[in-house]
Amino acid sequence: MDIFFYLFAALTLICGLLVVANPFSRNPVTSAMFLVLTILSMAGLFVLLNAFFLAAVQVIVYAGAVIVLYLFVIMLLDLGADERRRLNKAMVGLSFLGVGLLAFVLVSSIGQSEAVGALSSPRLQGTTEKLGKALFSDYVLPFEVVSVVLLVAMVGIILLSKRDLK
Amino acid sequence: MIGLEDYLTVSAILFSIGVVGVVMRRNLFIILMSLELILNAANLAMVAFSRFSNNIDGQMMVFFIITVAAAEVAVGLALLVALYRRRQTAYTEDLTNMKL
Repeated sequence: MDIFFYLFAALTLICGLLVVANPFSRNPVTSAMFLVLTILSMAGLFVLLNAFFLAAVQVIVYAGAVIVLYLFVIMLLDLGADERRRLNKAMVGLSFLGVGLLAFVLVSSIGQSEAVGALSSPRLQGTTEKLGKALFSDYVLPFEVVSVVLLVAMVGIILLSKRDLK
Repeated sequence: MIGLEDYLTVSAILFSIGVVGVVMRRNLFIILMSLELILNAANLAMVAFSRFSNNIDGQMMVFFIITVAAAEVAVGLALLVALYRRRQTAYTEDLTNMKL
């Protein structure tokens, strides 16, 4: 089983890096395609964590709906390859320093946490039945609120997409 | 044996990659995709915590995060389209109206 974790983790990180900085292509469509690969390998990690329902939702909602929306808008606006523009060298160095520091703090704090070491007996199965029962018993109110959020988002999008914002 | 800290490390590195994207790239589409990476890193951490603490709440939270992220992407892209229609650009360096 361990080999699958390393495979999916490496795929997630490499494809995630290629979304942000691809040395071969500056086209946003390439980034969107690598985002699909990141999402799919992440779904593999979810399966390894026995979160089967969330793995399916991840593939359906992210890879199936969100990325298609991205591609649709990118191609609708007909954005060509990102022309290479002059970057401020000092700013690039500073931001790499800041983010590297952030990553160092995160990873080293994970290694030192006592609570992380104490939690070492995974038994939970994230099946559809369990999540469905929780969704319609303890989480009914958030479920309804989220539907209102989606409705508000839909109304907002229609308003934003009208040609004249009057 | 793969433990909680391995998943959390992957999550932390993915989060940092997303932050690099938001800070460094000028294309607004790539910035939105990097935001997705950040949200996914948080999702991975929560699913891992949920699995290792035998508690379904983390996975429920991820379910809601995915829903809200979908709404966020839709609104963000609508804003981008409205912006592009008005200014004909999708680069942050061309959008300096509010700069002093």
